[in-house]
Amino acid sequence: MSASPYYRMQFLLCAGTSCIASGSLEVKDALQKELLKRNLHDDVQIVMTGCNGFCARGPLVVVYPDGVFYNQVKPEHAPLIVEEHVLKGRVVQDLLFKEPAAKDRVPLINDIDFFGRQRLIALRNRGLIDAESIDDYIARDGYAALAKALESMTPEEVIEEVKKSGLRGRGGGGFPTGLKWEECRKYDNFPKYTVCNGDEGDPGAFMDRSVMEGDPHSVLEGMAVSGYAIGANKGYIYVRAEYPLAIQRLQKAIDDAREYGLLGPNVFNSGFDFDIEIYPGAGAFVCGESTALMYSIEGKRGMPRIKPPRSAEAGLWNQPTNLNNVETFANVNPIILNGGDWFASIGTEGSKGTKVFALTGAINNVGLVEVPMGTTLKTLIFDIGGGIPKKRKFKAAQIGGPSGGCIPNGLEDVQIDYESLTDVGAMMGSGGVVVMDDMTCMVDTARFFTHFSVEESCGKCVPCREGLKVMHEKLTDIVEGRGQAGDIEFLQELGKHIGSTSHCGLGKAASNPVLSTIRYFKDEYEAHIFDKSCPALVCVDLIKFEVIEEKCTKCGMCFRGCPTGAVIWEKKQVARIDLSKCTKCRTCITNCKFGSIR
Amino acid sequence: MAKISIQDLKKIKEEQKARMVLREGAQRAKITVHMGTCGIAAGARDIMVLFRDIIGERGLDDIILTNSGCAGLCAQEPMITVEVAGQSPIKYVKLDSAKARRIFDEHVMAGNPVEDFALARGSETTAQ
Repeated sequence: MSASPYYRMQFLLCAGTSCIASGSLEVKDALQKELLKRNLHDDVQIVMTGCNGFCARGPLVVVYPDGVFYNQVKPEHAPLIVEEHVLKGRVVQDLLFKEPAAKDRVPLINDIDFFGRQRLIALRNRGLIDAESIDDYIARDGYAALAKALESMTPEEVIEEVKKSGLRGRGGGGFPTGLKWEECRKYDNFPKYTVCNGDEGDPGAFMDRSVMEGDPHSVLEGMAVSGYAIGANKGYIYVRAEYPLAIQRLQKAIDDAREYGLLGPNVFNSGFDFDIEIYPGAGAFVCGESTALMYSIEGKRGMPRIKPPRSAEAGLWNQPTNLNNVETFANVNPIILNGGDWFASIGTEGSKGTKVFALTGAINNVGLVEVPMGTTLKTLIFDIGGGIPKKRKFKAAQIGGPSGGCIPNGLEDVQIDYESLTDVGAMMGSGGVVVMDDMTCMVDTARFFTHFSVEESCGKCVPCREGLKVMHEKLTDIVEGRGQAGDIEFLQELGKHIGSTSHCGLGKAASNPVLSTIRYFKDEYEAHIFDKSCPALVCVDLIKFEVIEEKCTKCGMCFRGCPTGAVIWEKKQVARIDLSKCTKCRTCITNCKFGSIR
Repeated sequence: MAKISIQDLKKIKEEQKARMVLREGAQRAKITVHMGTCGIAAGARDIMVLFRDIIGERGLDDIILTNSGCAGLCAQEPMITVEVAGQSPIKYVKLDSAKARRIFDEHVMAGNPVEDFALARGSETTAQ
């Protein structure tokens, strides 16, 4: 059948007995009405045809000239078909006939939001190569960037390309990588060093670990390129000893690269010597700070020192040293291969390329994702992350670890880039995203992160060493019911001072969790202090453990979960809690779907 | 192997690339077990051992069994990717020994993807 010259489109509706019985005439009326309504009745012709032969899936609508085959169409689908197919030219996927073969019912990987919305640069070999096979890495363009740099680029050209890319430090600071390299190249003081910071310490962060484990050669290659650019012949990878698999695979990668001569003297016969050594750290958070890290490699106590001189001038053993994060190095090779302009075309004005995030906490797709800069937090959490489990509400996302801040519900449209995150009181950090639902107490969260910083403070500066301790004590008072008027102001004041008088990044940012939760969740602090109640029912000292009779549905879920037999319940009876037996474990609260316990 | 030149690098790339693509007739299938820390913690080693044993017991020499790092979706580990020659690869999630055994028999050996445990087909497009 050919399309009528007077119509741009035809709907062929089956009017066989079976399709009429399943409602094709009603579908016809609905489509006609919809076309009239949108003034498209002169563009689209509806033709009733004889039995199509596929009665089981009727009513059937075939759209010509596209030849699209819709099945089981109902009158209520008419607006959708007209709007999507006729006006926008898009096929209505839901109504398409699907082959019952299994492989077609398994969705395409890029049709799944988790994968489809990601853009992989640093994680380009994710799941595709055997981490312990150097040949696998080479098959995916491995060491081609190093070859290109050594064969056809001067160190200055390499630096220029990285500058052009707009790549910024992925460890949290966001310092432009190209500038760092340029600075380090300037000094004529040899030997120089290039160091990879794999001391990933934020609670909930595992980006670097995953890169080191899954694609160790990309780190080695990026380091070699940086060594060539700055004039260093020796590289160190500082990895925490808690990452045994990463260390093992990196070591295997180093051995294999040496075997191929990709590390060692005279790489590719270019005259460039470069070798790498792993330095396992003991896992102190402060050793992620550049100068502390370098002291640690030297065998000294890991403590930040005053800058200047910057590491680029006098770093490891007082020699010029370049330090980049794992993810930064993993981004270098594609930049050299595809050019800085290519990288700069991705992302936002001030933040180029992509960023890897570790999604954890109250989120369905706990995992590792890489998205273009400028992606909104909403996309990250709801589309890629799959939203909050158990139909709970999104409350806040903690970005940037113990130095970062909380971004509350309502601000989830914020773009993820260095500046936008700082504007809302968080920071990019290394990329750990801890998602919190409405069962999370923000005061308790702030206390958790403060406790982390107290434990990890190196002790050099008084404001950080003592101030954080005082802060933690005050927060403990608040969650245990001893909060007083003035506490919030005290915390804000103290936080401000710790930030402005501490020397290193750890101290400067350690009060961020407290300050940002006060900024966005002041009401929760007030509830703890003045009403002696914890709205999220987390702080056990502020929970009465009593059943709200009007809300209780008598379902007995609290009774079933209670490990000490403190819940008294019988069928069709409101539950009660025997406080003499209650250990305040909160099982009843998490089990109750109706919020009937306070 | 001795030190390689840039020409050698290109040669290795082409050779290994060819080896990573399954050729019908030569190899039946390739199984990739995702073995990052997350996968191992969730039991990926057991899955790996299971496949290794089945392949050994049955004396199969046309199946490539390999491992890789974290596939990103840590929440649904252990994960594997199965690619049967001539078909698009399928990612399977939340596996245990029983599921893995079924996948081996139905998908790897018979070529029919096990829809029940499959997450997605195809491989991720990357920036390059």
